[in-house]
Amino acid sequence: MATREAIAPLRLRASRRRWGEDVVKVVLALCAFVSVATTVGIVVALFEPAIEFFRDVSIVDFLTGADWAPLFEPASFGVLPLVAGTLLVTACACLVCVPFGLGAAIYLSEYAQRRTRRILKPMLEILAGIPTVVYGYFALTFVTPRLQEIGLPVGVFSALSAGLVMGVMLLPTVASISEDSMAAVPRELRDGAYALGSTRFQVSTLIVVPAAISGIIASFVLAISRAVGETMIVLIAAGGQPNWTWNPLEAVQTMTAFIASVGQGDVATGTTAYKTIFAVGATLFVMTLVMNLVAIRLVRRFREVYE
Amino acid sequence: MSVSAGRLRSDGPRGRWSGRAFYGFLLFSLVIGFSTLGALVLQVVLKGYKWVDLVLLFEPPSAEPLIAGAEPAILATIYLGVLLLLFTVPLGVGTAIYLEEYADRDRWYNRLLEVNIQNLAAVPSIVYGILGLAFLVRGIGLGRVLLAGAMILTLLVLPTVIIAAREAIRAVPDSIRQAAYALGATKWQVVWRQVLPAATPGIATGSILALSRGLGETAPLLLVGALTYVSFNPTILGEFTALPVQIYQWVARPQEEFRVLAASGIIVLLAILLTLNAFAIWLRNRYERRW
Amino acid sequence: MVTATSVTMADVSINLAEREQQLPPKEFREVVFDVNDLGVSYNGNQALQGVSLEIYRNFVTAFIGPSGCGKSTFIRCFNHLNALIPGAVVEGTILYHGEDLYGAHVDPVEVRKRIGMVFQKPNPFPKSIYDNVAFGPRVLGMTDGLDERVERALEQAALWDEVKDRLKASALSLSGGQQQRLCIARCLAVEPEVILMDEPASALDPIATTRIEDLMHDLKRDYTIVVVTHNMQQAARVADLTAFFSITRGAEGQRTGILVEYDATSKIFTQPFDKRTEDYVTGRFG
Repeated sequence: MATREAIAPLRLRASRRRWGEDVVKVVLALCAFVSVATTVGIVVALFEPAIEFFRDVSIVDFLTGADWAPLFEPASFGVLPLVAGTLLVTACACLVCVPFGLGAAIYLSEYAQRRTRRILKPMLEILAGIPTVVYGYFALTFVTPRLQEIGLPVGVFSALSAGLVMGVMLLPTVASISEDSMAAVPRELRDGAYALGSTRFQVSTLIVVPAAISGIIASFVLAISRAVGETMIVLIAAGGQPNWTWNPLEAVQTMTAFIASVGQGDVATGTTAYKTIFAVGATLFVMTLVMNLVAIRLVRRFREVYE
Repeated sequence: MSVSAGRLRSDGPRGRWSGRAFYGFLLFSLVIGFSTLGALVLQVVLKGYKWVDLVLLFEPPSAEPLIAGAEPAILATIYLGVLLLLFTVPLGVGTAIYLEEYADRDRWYNRLLEVNIQNLAAVPSIVYGILGLAFLVRGIGLGRVLLAGAMILTLLVLPTVIIAAREAIRAVPDSIRQAAYALGATKWQVVWRQVLPAATPGIATGSILALSRGLGETAPLLLVGALTYVSFNPTILGEFTALPVQIYQWVARPQEEFRVLAASGIIVLLAILLTLNAFAIWLRNRYERRW
Repeated sequence: MVTATSVTMADVSINLAEREQQLPPKEFREVVFDVNDLGVSYNGNQALQGVSLEIYRNFVTAFIGPSGCGKSTFIRCFNHLNALIPGAVVEGTILYHGEDLYGAHVDPVEVRKRIGMVFQKPNPFPKSIYDNVAFGPRVLGMTDGLDERVERALEQAALWDEVKDRLKASALSLSGGQQQRLCIARCLAVEPEVILMDEPASALDPIATTRIEDLMHDLKRDYTIVVVTHNMQQAARVADLTAFFSITRGAEGQRTGILVEYDATSKIFTQPFDKRTEDYVTGRFG
């Protein structure tokens, strides 16, 4: 070792500039840039035609009109029936996913043994993994006839049928996020309550759920956002005609179903009718974006409190 | 001198009943979920299994249900899957490496990048369809081709892959990196030779799960031109359909035979997805390293 | 009265006496590192301040002191490993054979080629034993004669006989002590001049510890060794020179590490100059 310095003079600078490292960093940053480009693309793709649309159609008429008939002569562009249809189906979905998603979460978090939980939780995830077209099929061919059998006056298409199935699909979303936030509640809170003689029912409902409430609400908001953005179940089972009603037994068309049916067809590019796709799409995007941001905020808040 | 157990409980027998009712409700919540799953699977299988045969797998669709098959749709789904993997894995892993190993967290643009990815993960799938319609189909004139469908599904699934890859990379302990740096490795050498190999099982599992999600998507494909009646086998730059779209087309028809066809198509689709998911889980169990 | 501390000191006093005679006078020692007024801060918190000392060739130098006194921070300055921590700022100078270690355009890779490190918790790569030792040479481009290089490194680390038949086995299948020797072999394979050891035996059992200490003794023939240890007896056993660090408290109560005393090990343990050193080595605190 003593002779090593004699052979190679001590040089702490790099023998040559490491180009490779810089190239790598640029390539990787470009990969990351794809996601930025996607967002920009979505915004441009939605809002550029939407803005053009709103030059022809007054935005006030659009947002407050009660008649949606863009392909008719004369056309009418009140989007409220579509929004109402979306909200109606979403409400039906919430009837299922909110109480039962939370119930499943409480069970998994507070009542189940660890082994049971380890089996049940992934099984619940399966529900979330089934393609929505399959759920749509199920709603149309199974749920609707059953609803008719129990005497409800539903037709082939109904908001209720689609909504109930959507609710089951969203159950794991609510259950999973709620359960995570309940699991983050420290043991000490529960132990303290149990030590005072509380029952599991009391601890779950009076201690754990309130402590985890921001995460639980986040799960509801996220589920609603997904319900609003869901397409296939409503396309197959909810109906294809805009219909402003609060009666879930009737058929309705949602924003997503409208976009899907017009987007498939060969409506001429550049027409106002074509641009409805983007106007409705922009409305949908804004609604879900707001809900997602709220949900993310809430999740971050419960994480901050406990981690 | 008896302090009975009943006295200790604050609400006595009434409390017991409400506790029981609550427990019943909780169980019922699970039952709703699982029984729906069971009913769905059962109904689909019972209705469709008889028609899962060579005709379904190897014949093109037809207006005549008895001779209709789903071969073009199945092939297209397979092609889409391959393209999806080819596109999402490099992009997703590259982004994840950038965020975990190279990006300075204090910079605003890197934080924005992270928020952006979280948001993209929650955008409705049909919006991706609109994106594809505007830019790929009509914008650059790619047309309603398989490649456009693959590209849009890539963008849809990418946030999931990025998130999974980040978790896998983050799980590699820092002591490994420190040891590699201490030996004189450059950052890329550390990433390529130590971090990525160690993170590969997690990345593979996450990618396959994301793939399976992408293959089940219908809405974006509808907008990007998956036609609902395609009787020829797909090529990458040709018109196409896909299995979920084919199922949708069959479901939409009122005749009972098409409902049965739809059920059989669903069996094939679920079988494909189940295989993928099972493979991903097997991968995870076999190769997951506990640090 | 024979206290626990004095018994311990009696045990090592024989070694110390021997070592005292072996330490050549300053003029005959070659300086490897010349540290001048070195300070390190993390995001504004001063972790270490005002350290000046010299590290000499082919000796074992130990850094001792209570936890939080900055010895790990200090040792990581020598191989630029502090650079991996965002917000770390190094002030002062370290001259390595006369060259400023923190000068402009200094390449960390070149630095780490010459100055290797062994960590507290053995951290072998999740690869085979051979690939672990070969990793350094491979990334630095020293790929000819790789097999011989690996064998030589494993021999120097006193591990060759135990693993020569299973070089392809996973490194994680070795015991803790073997893994640490593997980490040492991995470090030796790139033929560094200096080996930094950050509490190399603290995660090991006593027998494995002894083997590591014997190894340090053998290695100093060819390498310069700097070792951080919280175990005073270990420092007394292996080190030729010892630097004692301690903690000062600032006006607002911040804790900063400082160098208190640096001398031949025998001096530090038998006739320390500073009272703080005496308190520490006699176990009165820390």
